[in-house]
Amino acid sequence: MSSQQMAQAEPKPAEAGQFEPRILVFCCNWCSYAGADLAGVSRLQMPTNFRVIRTMCSARVDPEFVLRAFASGADGVLVLGCHPADCHYIGGNYRTRRRIALLRVLLEQYGFNPDRLKLEWVSASEGQKFQKTIKEFDAMIRDIGVNPINEE
Amino acid sequence: MSKIKLAHYWGAGCGGCDVALLDIDEKILGVAEIADIVFWPIAVDGKVKDVEAMPDKSITCTLFNGAVRNSENEHMAKLLRQKSAIVVSFGSCACYGGIPGLGNLTNRKEILELVYTKLPTSDNVERVFPQAETHTKDGDLELPVLYDTVMTLDQVIDVDYYMPGCPPTTNLINEFLGIVTAHVKEGAPLPPKGAMIASQKTLCDECKRKKAVKKIDRIYMPHEIAIDPDKCMLEQGIICLGSSTRAGCGAKCLEGNQPCRGCMGPTAEVLDQGGSMLSALASVYRVEDNEALLSEDNIATLMAQVKDPMGTFYCYTLPKSIIKRKVKEKKQVKKEV
Repeated sequence: MSSQQMAQAEPKPAEAGQFEPRILVFCCNWCSYAGADLAGVSRLQMPTNFRVIRTMCSARVDPEFVLRAFASGADGVLVLGCHPADCHYIGGNYRTRRRIALLRVLLEQYGFNPDRLKLEWVSASEGQKFQKTIKEFDAMIRDIGVNPINEE
Repeated sequence: MSKIKLAHYWGAGCGGCDVALLDIDEKILGVAEIADIVFWPIAVDGKVKDVEAMPDKSITCTLFNGAVRNSENEHMAKLLRQKSAIVVSFGSCACYGGIPGLGNLTNRKEILELVYTKLPTSDNVERVFPQAETHTKDGDLELPVLYDTVMTLDQVIDVDYYMPGCPPTTNLINEFLGIVTAHVKEGAPLPPKGAMIASQKTLCDECKRKKAVKKIDRIYMPHEIAIDPDKCMLEQGIICLGSSTRAGCGAKCLEGNQPCRGCMGPTAEVLDQGGSMLSALASVYRVEDNEALLSEDNIATLMAQVKDPMGTFYCYTLPKSIIKRKVKEKKQVKKEV
């Protein structure tokens, strides 16, 4: 995304009393970030309450990043990577899926709804899937509600 | 040479750290040579009012072990901070919360409810719970108030040095006493504030087992297989926290053919020991040729072999982790039947 688009993508301030989720999206450099870009240039409409962090590979997303996101008040974290067998680094996404599966169990033990963390595969040509993923995830987080850390 | 003044106090701990200090054998005589023990409830008679009467900063060094989880722990930590020039966070509980830190998975209400009414041995039909104050005709009685959250020592007071371990091993205690002795006798400089009296590397650096970068297919509990004493634990399928744990203990558990459980806490570069270990463990699983055909559910089943990620990865460090304690979702998760 260009800086101008980034500025436009800044979420609107929530109306008083209304829950506006804050969603963090990790996109891998080779597939998902390009997918997000495609969704942008195709003018696909989607909620704007998410922020993208680009990593070289989805496997770069250390569990610490996800835990820090939740500790800093993110309502949902989405990790997007290349489809299985499509990883630029051959097997990075296989490590990611193992970590995310385990991390979801851990989040549940922390008392979080594990659905706050989601892993999805989005390729460079799947702008529409990016849009769909964001829309569905946003709807789900709205349903789940505020991150309990923000309520304390 | 005038002697220094040494205090050793326990918060929410088991007393093992106090014993560890005695466990340095004849070197304890060296301690008596350089130091007067002014306060050490487990070993010498001393009263809190004696500490209160001491001038500020008059205790040269206080070793504080145990976490902070009630009003007495907090009061004593603050009092000893005021009276001491140096405070050492001694042992895993003081540094990271330790085993009592797992209390952060529940809260004060649940703990009291369980301990005083629900245990098979509790007979408490009147539901009597400990009170902070009790008024009797002979006078008022006080008990410390249990907190909801277990805290590390440095979350309550300013700490000068850290010495992790459950308990800190003899070599670390000797190292620290050597530093203090050299400072007292020869005026050698003390380490910079905030220093960790331990190694800067991970435990794998100290561990003598052979590592062959072998992948695993499943997790074993230590009693399920005959453990090869020369091969890396993790490569045998046993969860060993060595790769995300600070070295300094000499890998004694591994010498005894038991996996590391992480009492030395995270290394300097890592904020969250559990997250680091979770990441490492997920990476040692083998990737089969049919991996691309597996669904996320297949992977979830595979990873469900790790029965209790929280208790395994955060056994000693929950209060010092990124999330710190259990949270409560407003909307309860519906469990699938």
